[in-house]
Amino acid sequence: MEDRYQMAFSRLEDIASQFYEQLEKGKIPEMKIATRSKNNIKFNKRSGVWKLGNSKSTRSAKKMSGAVMILRTLYMLDFIREMIDTDRSSTLREMYYISEGWDKAKFGDQSESDRLAEDMEIVSDCLREDFKLRPEEDGARIIGDIVVEEKTRKGDLRKLNCRDDVGDSGYTIPYNVEKDKVNFSKVNVDFIIAIETGGMFDRLVENGFDEEANALLVHLKGQPARSTRRLIKRLNEEKGLPVVVFTDGDPWSFRIFASIAYGAINSAHLSELLAIPSAEYVGITASDIMNYDLPTDKLSQTDREALKQELEDPRFNTRFWKNEIETMLAINKKAEQQALAKYGLEYVTEVYLPEKLGELGII
Amino acid sequence: MASIAEELAEKHKEISIGEFFERNKHILGFDSLTKALVTAVKEGVDNSLDACEEAGILPDITVEVRSIGEQEYSVSVEDNGPGIPKRKVANVFAKLLYGSRFHDIRQSRGQQGIGVSAVVMYGQLSTGKPTLVRSKVMEKDYANEFRITLDTKNNKPDILSQEVVLWEGKAHGTRFETCIEGLLRSGEHSVFEYLKNTAIVNPHTQITYVSDDETVVFKRATDQLPPKTKSVKPHIEGIELGTFVKMAKSTERRRLSSFLVNEFSRISYRTVKDICKEAGIGERTNPSEMDIQDCKKLLKATARVKIMAPETDCLSPIGSMLIKKGLKNVLKGYHPEFYAPPITREPCVYSGNPFQVEVGLVFGGDLPSEGPVRVLRYANRVPLLYKKSACATTTAIKNIDWRIYGLEQRGGKGMPSGPAIILVHVASTRVPFTSEAKDSIADIPEVVEEIEKALRECARNLRTHLNKGKTREKISEKFMVVKDILPMIAEKSAAIVGKEPPSLEKVMTKIMGVVYVENTFVKKDKIWESTININNYTPRKRNIVVYMEKPYPDTELIFSDPEPVFNGDHLRWELSSMDPSASRTICFRYNGDLGKEDLSGIDVYVEGVSETELIGADPLPADWDIALAEIEGGE
Repeated sequence: MEDRYQMAFSRLEDIASQFYEQLEKGKIPEMKIATRSKNNIKFNKRSGVWKLGNSKSTRSAKKMSGAVMILRTLYMLDFIREMIDTDRSSTLREMYYISEGWDKAKFGDQSESDRLAEDMEIVSDCLREDFKLRPEEDGARIIGDIVVEEKTRKGDLRKLNCRDDVGDSGYTIPYNVEKDKVNFSKVNVDFIIAIETGGMFDRLVENGFDEEANALLVHLKGQPARSTRRLIKRLNEEKGLPVVVFTDGDPWSFRIFASIAYGAINSAHLSELLAIPSAEYVGITASDIMNYDLPTDKLSQTDREALKQELEDPRFNTRFWKNEIETMLAINKKAEQQALAKYGLEYVTEVYLPEKLGELGII
Repeated sequence: MASIAEELAEKHKEISIGEFFERNKHILGFDSLTKALVTAVKEGVDNSLDACEEAGILPDITVEVRSIGEQEYSVSVEDNGPGIPKRKVANVFAKLLYGSRFHDIRQSRGQQGIGVSAVVMYGQLSTGKPTLVRSKVMEKDYANEFRITLDTKNNKPDILSQEVVLWEGKAHGTRFETCIEGLLRSGEHSVFEYLKNTAIVNPHTQITYVSDDETVVFKRATDQLPPKTKSVKPHIEGIELGTFVKMAKSTERRRLSSFLVNEFSRISYRTVKDICKEAGIGERTNPSEMDIQDCKKLLKATARVKIMAPETDCLSPIGSMLIKKGLKNVLKGYHPEFYAPPITREPCVYSGNPFQVEVGLVFGGDLPSEGPVRVLRYANRVPLLYKKSACATTTAIKNIDWRIYGLEQRGGKGMPSGPAIILVHVASTRVPFTSEAKDSIADIPEVVEEIEKALRECARNLRTHLNKGKTREKISEKFMVVKDILPMIAEKSAAIVGKEPPSLEKVMTKIMGVVYVENTFVKKDKIWESTININNYTPRKRNIVVYMEKPYPDTELIFSDPEPVFNGDHLRWELSSMDPSASRTICFRYNGDLGKEDLSGIDVYVEGVSETELIGADPLPADWDIALAEIEGGE
């Protein structure tokens, strides 16, 4: 058994024995866990990311909901122990289906079991990957002149140039991108550009932007998977690559940027591993919509509400974001990345990105 | 110029009362076709009920509504009242402002003597047909039957025909049948609804309703007639100047002092002195010689003199018992979960008129949970169906934040919503209606305040009931935790750490923290078996005593395990040294004809556990022994 799994194994056992001891002493079983809410994320000056604060909530077997959560916790950690023991892994969805057989501890829907898996990370200070749990969706793709050294299923190391050795769809990020699985043996790019939509990613590939600008293109596939964020973070941290984020111009895309740069509320316990505080937002901004006179859609009611919420969100509490959000509300318009095609297919790589990246001092 | 004035003066003509009402049908409640039909039935039923009660007869009323043409109906109301003497029949039915109660101050349904004559008049105006009236008094072997119309110009009856008939199987009673233009609808403003609501507050009445589609009988729920209402003298504070002047002019008393003392309530010679002094009018003044200024001065003076409030024993409330009976009788199809004990407030006074408020509340069961609560409004036992929003009852209901009592209400204002029915009854010698149609009660501050107080009092019981339910829910949730989840937590954690599952008793009592009493009844043949389970889910050893009243006087305890200690009609079981998580069961059987409702109403009291640690029973009241004495002496 590898060390990281060994550690996860014993930490999970600690949780179980904690419940056992409480019962033995005649105490009502309970567990304390950091509260995951907008009100309990605090900016950590030293690491420059948003992390969970000190507020904790208690799950006690005094009440039905708490008792059931404790029972679920026990079932889940038993299941993980068994996986570690037998050297197998499962997807979060598979675990949800397996929980069907957990009697009164079974979950109502998958979001509940996903959330509990995150709770387990928090209380054990381990990663989901240490639990042999992985998400459904395969990781996103990258294209660019770097060489990845990945351990194959057979245990061999294989080197792969993410520009020359891959097809048009690029290199697919595996769910585990920790050092025991993935390393970077050569990095020949100046910066990373993370792109929200597949359409825009393909546009940049077709226009040869990776070579032209000496960039690593990363497809985010919407709200990025954890492994995607982790891979970018490692490249940023280990190889000193600046990161820029290029998304649609709407409130939901702003949130994609915020979770990459500052951390997401749900994974705030992992912010130090995932968040990239130095990441910069390229666009599309509300100012872009006006400056480039882009084709737009009207904001929906939910868009407007999301924007208003963002004004309250501590992660957006900067002059730049306040200004952009307020402008968007004022013009009541949003735009997609691909709206840039209004000026031709080359426009984004020949005019827009060079201008914007120039402003940011990236190129 | 003068000629124009003359010309105009020519046009001023006296209009008869009949003509006036003919032009102002809405004042009498005939403003729409649906309402006309309800009003016709209402006036008939009101008269019948008043007549029966005055004669001490349990009312038996049959209402028949039949379609006889397009928007034309024949409406008949028949009662078993005392009947009307032959010479008076025509005036009762076809002379406006002719009534037995017009000059009488007392609580009654009809007051002005307009009601049924207005129906006759409306019938003849809308269909051109006369009204058929038949009445039989006890003393005669035959009944008289009349066909009458109302001469609207002269406000007197026109008798078209008159004959003597035999009325098979009827000892006494009155029936009238009239044809009117109308529309028979179902729903909130229907004849059916009116009769149903009448049945609720008049449980001593049997009402049969026959229409083309259905025959419905609202059965009598009690043989107890409401006490007869007394008529009282007017109280000077509530009198209007005009009425006072009229009384002064027509009195036979020669002195102001004896006029005031004898014709008004609560005025003594001593108060007369004060009033006269205050008004600056001599006590010996002849009242018929006073002018309007004198009268004004006198009335003003009364406001500055302390006069005893009017007597209130002239009112006849329905009473808590009968409201509950009436509601149950009519609403049992909804299987309501809770009947709040109805509230009958003490009588109060608004500008010299005594009034009394009663309130009932029914909750849950199959009552519709969507939409606003239903309100049953009554004035002197007469249902009010129209002009809901202008009514004092509505104002009072809207003034209350119902959320604190467990009903939903948006923003704590307006009509509450949910599965509830609220009943409000205002009884008075003079109900302050907003108009002659008597559709709604005016927003008199004193009246609104009393209704509000009654509603709050009643609603508090609803809150208690709902809280009890919540506590039960909480407890049953804890039971599930303790019985289902906790053992699984123990087992699973033990398996993971590789040890034996720990003992759970301590944790269980900690989670429950209560003594839980469960009381169930089963009926086997004519025997009721009751099981009381007592579970000590507290961390302490306890001596617990369970008390119970004997369910009903004519029942007999035939078995009990363990044996109880008897104390009059009370039973006592002593359960000593109950360990934490111990359970005991008391089982006993009763012989006797008890309904399930009777048994569920029996309270079990427990001694040896504080109120906060006791669920499913009440702690023994401090006045238990006193209550015992009262029961022995009282019932």
